[in-house]
Amino acid sequence: MTDNQPEITIVGGGVVGLSIAVGLLQSGHKVIVLDGKDNDARASFGNFGLVWGQGKGWDFAPYAKLTADAIDAWQNFSDNLNELSGLDVSLDQKGGFEFFTDPEEFKSFIGMLEIQKGHSGNRFSYETLSGDELRKQIPGIGSKVVGATFSQLDGHVNPLRFLRALQRSVQALGGKIRSNTIVKKTESNKNGGFSLTLANGTLISTEKVILCAGLGSMQLANQLAFKTNIRPEKGELLITEKLGSELPFLSSTIRQVDEGGVQIGGTNADVGMNDSETLSDMVDLARHAVDVYPALSNVRVLRAWGALRVMTPDGYPVYAQSEECPGAYLITCHSGVTLASLHASILSDWIDDNIKTPNLEAFDEARFKI
Amino acid sequence: MKPDSRFNTLVKSTKDVNFTLFGEVVTAPKGSTLAAAILSHSGDAFRQTETGALRSAFCMMGVCFECLVEVNGNPNTQSCMILVEDKMVVKRQVGLRQIGICEND
Repeated sequence: MTDNQPEITIVGGGVVGLSIAVGLLQSGHKVIVLDGKDNDARASFGNFGLVWGQGKGWDFAPYAKLTADAIDAWQNFSDNLNELSGLDVSLDQKGGFEFFTDPEEFKSFIGMLEIQKGHSGNRFSYETLSGDELRKQIPGIGSKVVGATFSQLDGHVNPLRFLRALQRSVQALGGKIRSNTIVKKTESNKNGGFSLTLANGTLISTEKVILCAGLGSMQLANQLAFKTNIRPEKGELLITEKLGSELPFLSSTIRQVDEGGVQIGGTNADVGMNDSETLSDMVDLARHAVDVYPALSNVRVLRAWGALRVMTPDGYPVYAQSEECPGAYLITCHSGVTLASLHASILSDWIDDNIKTPNLEAFDEARFKI
Repeated sequence: MKPDSRFNTLVKSTKDVNFTLFGEVVTAPKGSTLAAAILSHSGDAFRQTETGALRSAFCMMGVCFECLVEVNGNPNTQSCMILVEDKMVVKRQVGLRQIGICEND
């Protein structure tokens, strides 16, 4: 393989693209990953590192099932990455809480989890705890918390080390990652395969092309006749100083990284490509954290940032092959960390369309056609 | 000033403040940052990292976080970002800070 004639070209070097690259390389394919610029909108640099099931796919059974599969596969995936990269991504599937300060929201979330449980059979379970039960179980939970749900399947990883482990794994498997590379144009060739024109004028000729550049996928997706719209959704988060004390819980909004710092997050805003942080959201996040665990009140916040989630119109992943340009794939999702364990395994069977190919029909973009 | 300090005091002040540094009462010119006051007093480390390494102020502009000390009971305080004050009690920051458990909020 020469560098400009790879068998498979993956456009996007975030957690999604790199996870897919790991799977394809381990199935024996020759892969190049084209990664964008440092200041591109990179969800992989700004995310929360959750390997999370609660609430996922409560109103879409295939997604609930996919998430359950992904969570199951994470331990093996983490071991695999450790072997390939020498890095421990600090996977900790100790179970996670969703805390509530509003009784109505608590009640409605329990309703969602009950439906999710129905979709997943015995593969998803959860407990509910009243505020007082919770405070008995975890001393120090604030009096404003009216209740929590808990799923023992939920967990997290160190998100930046995870990205690094993926990069190293791809390289260890003989894959190439080309950084600072912008793809300007993608064309499907008459006699099969694709031609990609890079911003610096280089032409890449490839048998298959996989678009997973997050928010950067849109323009290329149009060129390959995909129908999915991808939109940004801003989330903000706070990072505290490192603590010597262990936070006695993991939640989807408050988590302690293995290095000691606490990440506080969870805002949503529809503000286009603007990823700047706002004082009002930072205040809300800090207040939420202190409501849940008042001992955090004098902990210093060292950093705050906004990052853009990658959202499909219905919020569920898209695994699609272009109808007009077979051999071109669009893969995009919000939960790139949770689903990574599957992206690095079953997606290579799907792309090979071999005997083990998973049924991902529910995630085709046909659902967006009118 | 102890002789082992490699720093001179630049702040010209007619007033001095007294503060407690690592258990010892020390005099510093009013208007200097706490980090400058510590540096000009002695060559002692400001803090000890979680792994036991000794560290002192480096950037003096709020970026490197090497000048962390405990000030009046507040851990991880950047001493380059505050002025020294009369009666301040400054302790070495040893390892990561801890948090307690709030039983009643």
